[in-house]
Amino acid sequence: MAPATGPTGTPTRLDEGAGTRAGVGDSPLRPDGTLKVTGDFAYSSDMWHEDMLWGCTLRSPHAHAEIRSIDTGEALRQPGVHAVLTFDDLPAATTHYGLEIQDTPVLAHGRVRHHGEPVALVAADHPETARRAAAKIKVEYEELPVVHDEASALGEGAPLLHPDRDDLPQGPPASSGPGGTPSAPHVPHPNIVHRQPIVRGDAEAAAGRADVIVTGEYEVGMQDQAFLGPESGLAVPAEDGGVDLYIATQWLHSDLRQIAPVLGLPEEKVRMTLSGVGGAFGGREDLSMQIHACLLALRTGKPVKIVYNRFESFFGHVHRHPATLWYEHGATRDGKLTHMRCRIVLDGGAYASASPAVVGNASSHAAGPYVVDDVDIEALALYTNNPPCGAMRGFGAVQACFAYEAQMDKLAAELDMDPVDFRQRNAMSRGSLMPTGQPVDAPAPVAELLRRVKARPLPMEAQWESVGGETDVRALPGGLSNTTHGEGVVRGVGYAVGIKNVCYSEGFDDYSTARVRLEVVGGEPVALVHTAMAEVGQGGITVHTQIARTELGVTQVTLHPADTRVGSAGSTSASRQTYMTGGAVKHVCELVREKVLRRGRELFGTHHPAWATAELLLEGGKVVTDGGEVLASLVDVLGEEAVEAEDEWRHRATAPFDLETGQGFGHVQYSFAAHRAVVEVDTELGLVKVVELACAQDVGKAMNPQAVVGQIHGGTTQGLGLAVMEEIVVDPAAKVRNPSFTDYLIPTIADTPTIPVDVLELADEHAPYGLRGAGEAPTLSSTPAVMAAIRAATGRALPRVPVRPEHIVEV
Amino acid sequence: MRVTFTVNGRRHEADDVWEGESLLYVLRERMGLPGSKNACEQGECGSCTVRLDGEPVCACLVAAGQAEGREVVTVEGLAAYAKEREGSARTGDLAPVQQAFLDAGAVQCGFCTPGLLVAADELIERNPQPSDADIREALSGNLCRCTGYEKIMDAVRLAAARTDDGAPEVV
Ligand code: FES
Ligand code: FES
Repeated sequence: MAPATGPTGTPTRLDEGAGTRAGVGDSPLRPDGTLKVTGDFAYSSDMWHEDMLWGCTLRSPHAHAEIRSIDTGEALRQPGVHAVLTFDDLPAATTHYGLEIQDTPVLAHGRVRHHGEPVALVAADHPETARRAAAKIKVEYEELPVVHDEASALGEGAPLLHPDRDDLPQGPPASSGPGGTPSAPHVPHPNIVHRQPIVRGDAEAAAGRADVIVTGEYEVGMQDQAFLGPESGLAVPAEDGGVDLYIATQWLHSDLRQIAPVLGLPEEKVRMTLSGVGGAFGGREDLSMQIHACLLALRTGKPVKIVYNRFESFFGHVHRHPATLWYEHGATRDGKLTHMRCRIVLDGGAYASASPAVVGNASSHAAGPYVVDDVDIEALALYTNNPPCGAMRGFGAVQACFAYEAQMDKLAAELDMDPVDFRQRNAMSRGSLMPTGQPVDAPAPVAELLRRVKARPLPMEAQWESVGGETDVRALPGGLSNTTHGEGVVRGVGYAVGIKNVCYSEGFDDYSTARVRLEVVGGEPVALVHTAMAEVGQGGITVHTQIARTELGVTQVTLHPADTRVGSAGSTSASRQTYMTGGAVKHVCELVREKVLRRGRELFGTHHPAWATAELLLEGGKVVTDGGEVLASLVDVLGEEAVEAEDEWRHRATAPFDLETGQGFGHVQYSFAAHRAVVEVDTELGLVKVVELACAQDVGKAMNPQAVVGQIHGGTTQGLGLAVMEEIVVDPAAKVRNPSFTDYLIPTIADTPTIPVDVLELADEHAPYGLRGAGEAPTLSSTPAVMAAIRAATGRALPRVPVRPEHIVEV
Repeated sequence: MRVTFTVNGRRHEADDVWEGESLLYVLRERMGLPGSKNACEQGECGSCTVRLDGEPVCACLVAAGQAEGREVVTVEGLAAYAKEREGSARTGDLAPVQQAFLDAGAVQCGFCTPGLLVAADELIERNPQPSDADIREALSGNLCRCTGYEKIMDAVRLAAARTDDGAPEVV
């Protein structure tokens, strides 16, 4: 079936789709679209290799336990089993990994800290053989008391998750941690991963000027990314002692930096190629099975495939941080915010993952897109024995937005003002200051976005009454379960708006790399674009073809598979790839264009004076003057030569937040979206039907209008899921209760309403083409808009998401 | 055990199949047809939807042995299947639903796409002019995490319109 030389399902060069125009601002077809609709696109779980083995992971059934012993003997004796590995088999001195803090063991060592932590690995010739062998590994555990919330994590004598942590900056301890554990000003307890206060103005004094003050305690449940393509990949041992890894990830080079030291290999011996990625949403920022597959492949000398099933996937990646948020806002009688105070406690679970960045985002966005000069903010993330939490679409900002938008509605109600009008009075605009003191130095059309969603006509009432006078229960809360024919159903309308940073922040050296080659193939100029960007579905590769066409004036663009043979592209997260790798492709295309024009001048400069005097462009396969005069065809200029360039590209520099005041130019760019939700609630049963969820978003420049609207639809729907259904339930013993799509529900097509989208394009002059990262902002405001609508329909406070029927009807 | 059945009009055979293996596993890992997807392997997502003797089923829930002697259509065979159904009127290499998913922008990561295409194609075969409520009902067993379903709705409406026109055009 497959050649013995390489795996089947190896990513191919993509060179189809797209007609001649298809540049920036058009919506050409996805270059991978045809492969995806014919079933020929190779996802990481589709990889296949002759002779390959299947890997399986044994995971901890306990949330916190000491490992007394592990006996692998019986598992190893099973026919078909090729290897069983535990911590003791790790080949190098490096045994832990992590995005910022390397606190995650590749396999548990002496102790497990969360339910589902990997303990041992098996490789066998059939996945079921591997699973059965794993079940025969005997692990003796001694359970330990669990830390599962703030009180248990920071209480007297709390067990420390990482008693030997060494990630804290040296300095005089603000308060010394128990047992002489290192501490730092911003981390008052060793079970706090990271803490960020932000203080600006004088909230205490400003509170004295308030005519009304509202407070609230809000809670956000643990949401799962629930990308559909499970964690999976294929590791193939190579003759040079290295390994080739075909993998679904968000950032190849970050994986590489973490994988190679654990394998004891230099990075150049771990060659990674991106396979098809079935969604990500933050959940592939951390490693899952990458190192495990490589370890098994290197141990057995055979290719090893690992594919998680959905049950394991729920344990195989980090989740959105659950949060508890205390807020106080004040306003004057005429509807101006006086001050804001808040405290945000995020549960980071057993390992650090992206917690520090999540804390940075939660704190810096805690005030929302509003002008409020006197703020006192504290955000922190805990270490607990709950499942590790890290990146998920909009992280930190999502939790804050749910709370501050509920507060805005409370204030408006208290002042007897229209909630949109109240928000507009306090909306930030260009030049407004963030709580960090950073000015928002690009368009910030917060009031306009609200105006647009509000101006939209409301959807028809009682849509379940069809023309024939019959009731279509599918349009009612409860749907086909036929729980109401309209009685007890109340409509509610709610609004929300949010703010999200774009790109990596707080002084991180954030860059992307592109390599572009222009040459004549088959009589036509063709651009080859090579980056390591992880295409996870967002359509970044489509945008790369568009940019290359616009900048180089060609029709044909070929995309090289993303791999580690080119420099890092950074992560496909933080809404950053169109900005960053799009920016890198643009920049490198400009370098190629310069080289082409230099070559043209050398060859043909004497033929026409415009070569020396005019501004020259590449358009329609020709070198033209800015006046439109054709000087030469690209085919003639290039001849047999290939012109190539490669470079890194960076956004403007940011700075860390001050650890005590939170002041600093921490973010690159801000992105804004607003939603209006229309819901119908069966007030007797507590069932909710979202009828419409309209969004308005400023994207700076719609690089690909169809794709950007698709991002807004998808983000909106994930926000809807957080509002009314999605939660990983973790019990007080820190065990996950619902690791399946039977019990963890995500919106189906029947749960999802129409989502009209209004796209604004107000250019940000700091960004390539004026674009604004778009993927996350719609996830923020969707949740609070739905909740505001449900509150409007029911009159209930509903301070927690996801809301459950019992919250709506409870007496 | 050995299983033999027809996939996309071709007889396929697999040896040494363990009786717990699903139809999905055998298609993907033994027959070289990984187009049907494995998003949950517990019957909850629809990414593995195939036609079994014409009926849409979750291939992850069907034991391979149950397919013995029967006819399976997967996404890989959808274009040929649609072509046969519609006679020679149609041009282009894709089934109308496949083309419509591309044109409407209904594909992002694409992991839900194979199952959705098989389900949507079956819907239009059964109900050539589905209402929006019909589409939502028919596809409610197919999860998509990326698109928010709006463009999937567009795609199915488009495919139905093109099929109903009698002369489905390919853009
Ligand atoms: S993989 Fe079969 S329903 Fe999900
Ligand atoms: S396109 Fe990604 S799951 Fe549907």
